[in-house]
Amino acid sequence: MDDGIALLTITVLAVFVGFEVVSKVSSTLHTPLMSGANAIHGIILVGAIIVAGQAGDGWTLALALLAVLLATANLVGGFVVTDRMLEMFRGRKKPPEPAAPTTPAAPTTPAAPVASDAGTKEAGR
Amino acid sequence: MLLSPTWTAILYLAAAVCFILALKGLSSPKTARRGNLIGAAGALVAVVTVFLSVKLDNIPWIIAAIAVGSAIAAPVARRVQMTQMPQLVALFNGVGGGAAALVALLELGHSDDPWVRLAIAFTLLVGSVSFAGSMVTFAKLQELMTTRPVVFPGLPIIMAAVLLAAIAASVAVIFTSAIWIAVVLIVLGLATGVLLVLPVGGADVPIVISLLNAFTGLAVAASGLVLGNVLLVVAGTLVGASGTILTRAMASAMGRSVAGILFGAFRGGSTAGSTVASDRPVRSSSAEDVAVLLGYAQRVIIVPGYGLAVAQGQHTIAELQAALEARGIEVIFAIHPVAGRMPGHMNVLLAEANIPYEALKEMSEVNREFKTADVALVVGANDVVNPAAKTTPGSPIYGMPILEVDAARQVVFLKRSMRPGFAGIENELLFEPQTTLLFGDAKDSLGKVLTAVKAL
Repeated sequence: MDDGIALLTITVLAVFVGFEVVSKVSSTLHTPLMSGANAIHGIILVGAIIVAGQAGDGWTLALALLAVLLATANLVGGFVVTDRMLEMFRGRKKPPEPAAPTTPAAPTTPAAPVASDAGTKEAGR
Repeated sequence: MLLSPTWTAILYLAAAVCFILALKGLSSPKTARRGNLIGAAGALVAVVTVFLSVKLDNIPWIIAAIAVGSAIAAPVARRVQMTQMPQLVALFNGVGGGAAALVALLELGHSDDPWVRLAIAFTLLVGSVSFAGSMVTFAKLQELMTTRPVVFPGLPIIMAAVLLAAIAASVAVIFTSAIWIAVVLIVLGLATGVLLVLPVGGADVPIVISLLNAFTGLAVAASGLVLGNVLLVVAGTLVGASGTILTRAMASAMGRSVAGILFGAFRGGSTAGSTVASDRPVRSSSAEDVAVLLGYAQRVIIVPGYGLAVAQGQHTIAELQAALEARGIEVIFAIHPVAGRMPGHMNVLLAEANIPYEALKEMSEVNREFKTADVALVVGANDVVNPAAKTTPGSPIYGMPILEVDAARQVVFLKRSMRPGFAGIENELLFEPQTTLLFGDAKDSLGKVLTAVKAL
């Protein structure tokens, strides 16, 4: 019973942390935030691994492995797709800053990272 | 050689802190990407910890399943077109819910505490609702099925019956722990998920993804209670709580209530809109005429919509912006909070085309600027500029905040056809005298307009 109360305490505290952490987000970030939260619940993978590791018969193992597979897809795919979204937010902030000051001295250096950045993006699509 | 319970708890705590920092980081543009990576690191710590702390059989099988899951998901997530990203998020959310339901089903045989079986019943039901609901949202967004609300007579009664049966099955699972009843509960959960999402109109689907995301979080938290795993409880609850807040924020950005979205179509069957193209007269014109309108304007406001993204016209519109600015014309982009298919989706798409951040204006700051704009160029958007949201109380989008393009001196629509938008409602603005239409694929039309502007 003590365990139960401890878990209940943790649950209630986590509810408040969850509310608090996302209380002020601009609508620009709603999509990445949803996607990131989506990735986090892929942590059910931990539960799926425990169940698969204790499976006795073939049926249980098969279902548990299916759970492992689905949870992995949620976890890995979720973080990767969120990263891809956020990669684009970073892209637009860099160009204005480094472009201006260094032009007379070494024109190739500041241009290189920006250009290669755009290049990989093109190639990726 | 297993980790001691203390070390296990400390590592799980570290992972939980990573998840909190991840959500915190994702709330600000500067820290968002790092936040996501911290979350991924936390997940890695947690998965390694479970292998080191629990005595596991079948380890080769488990590793193989993880390898296969990663090998499928990572390339899909890497390569998906940004326009199709919402449905991919829905898909990932669904499989997470499905995994939670499977875990709960397999734990049923090991439980002798009725409180634990309550958590199992909850996980079975909510996990399968989330799975089936997400699959239907996926089908809607991928346009494998109609994007309009699907309603049929007796739907509320069927829904109520299924829910009652699900509650009865949950009670039966708690008191008998019979596997076959648990399977029945899963089937009822799947039916609930389908019935819940079918009546939701296309434009509201993103909000439903967010809601189902919160559901999956709760299912994961409950499965944590079943397994006595603190990390699952914390992570699931975090997602459940933040997902609920996010769902409300998204709904209010669209001027809707969550209950209205879920149950709106139950009440007003007649407002479901139509997919039939109207044959009322409109003024359509050539790319050259549009180029003249744009090229001799002083201020142009571009309203990008989902049609732009579908046509992959982001780069062409960036060129058009540059060409107009070279002529000394002020060009800004008006971004509706739900432009694209999800809040913030359009910002991602335009950022991809390197359109400067300062040119993107949010709805609240741009709406008073339409009065002074010579041309409002609406590319592949419809519902977000439909004045019916302000003027027609019976309309399904009534009350949704819109971009007030009707205040601009001239309005130009680039459209594929006269087919109504995602919400399936006709747009009166198309028939107004100040409106010009240019039909065709958004990218093609933009290309033609761009060539004509350069030739001016």
